[in-house]
Amino acid sequence: MTQALDIMNLAMVIAFVVLSLGQIMTMVRLVIGPTPGDRILALDTMVIYALGLIVLLGISQGTRVYFEVSLLVAMLGFVSTVAYARFVLRGDIIE
Amino acid sequence: MTLDVIAIYAVALCLIIGSFFALVGVIGLLKFNDSMTRLHAPTKVGTVGIGALLLASMIHSFTFGEGSFHELLIMAFLFVTAPISAHFIAKVNIHKGACDPLPKPPQDDTWSTLKSPEHQPGPDSPTKSST
Repeated sequence: MTQALDIMNLAMVIAFVVLSLGQIMTMVRLVIGPTPGDRILALDTMVIYALGLIVLLGISQGTRVYFEVSLLVAMLGFVSTVAYARFVLRGDIIE
Repeated sequence: MTLDVIAIYAVALCLIIGSFFALVGVIGLLKFNDSMTRLHAPTKVGTVGIGALLLASMIHSFTFGEGSFHELLIMAFLFVTAPISAHFIAKVNIHKGACDPLPKPPQDDTWSTLKSPEHQPGPDSPTKSST
């Protein structure tokens, strides 16, 4: 039992490190991205990584209060990606 | 080996799978050298990576305390919206000229994504301009 818990804690630390590293490396693509499509994609991926970090925080603290937060972040990320893409495509969000 | 130990190992396995796909996605986002090829790597993070993390959260909540299937809602939402946002970003790439231009359509018409009202004035354009 304690060995399994140790392995789960190690996997959680690995997941935290990988997701934080991914967030930072996505920021690099956001800065150097040559086209607007790359920057929109980098922002969408940053929202996805933030969602993963919130889910991991909920696992590590053992509470269920982060469920609504992650659902709201997922919805806002999708809406903001569509709004950015429509603004680049049409010059306006709601016509 | 009881059921709790197997569930804890399953949580660890799901966390490792999710973080592996997250690492693969960000490496693909950084290392590919074309906008359209860069598009396909981070969508795996959105579906498989976050899906595995939510599965780990679900198994964890069933093991330590009262379990619930609430995470399936986020999973279904992500699975539905990830292709839509990827399609919008691909349209941005096409319209901004960040990829190869589209081939000619087989018949004598235009691609629907490149058809714009100001380039092709239809029969209702005078009424549109008057209003």
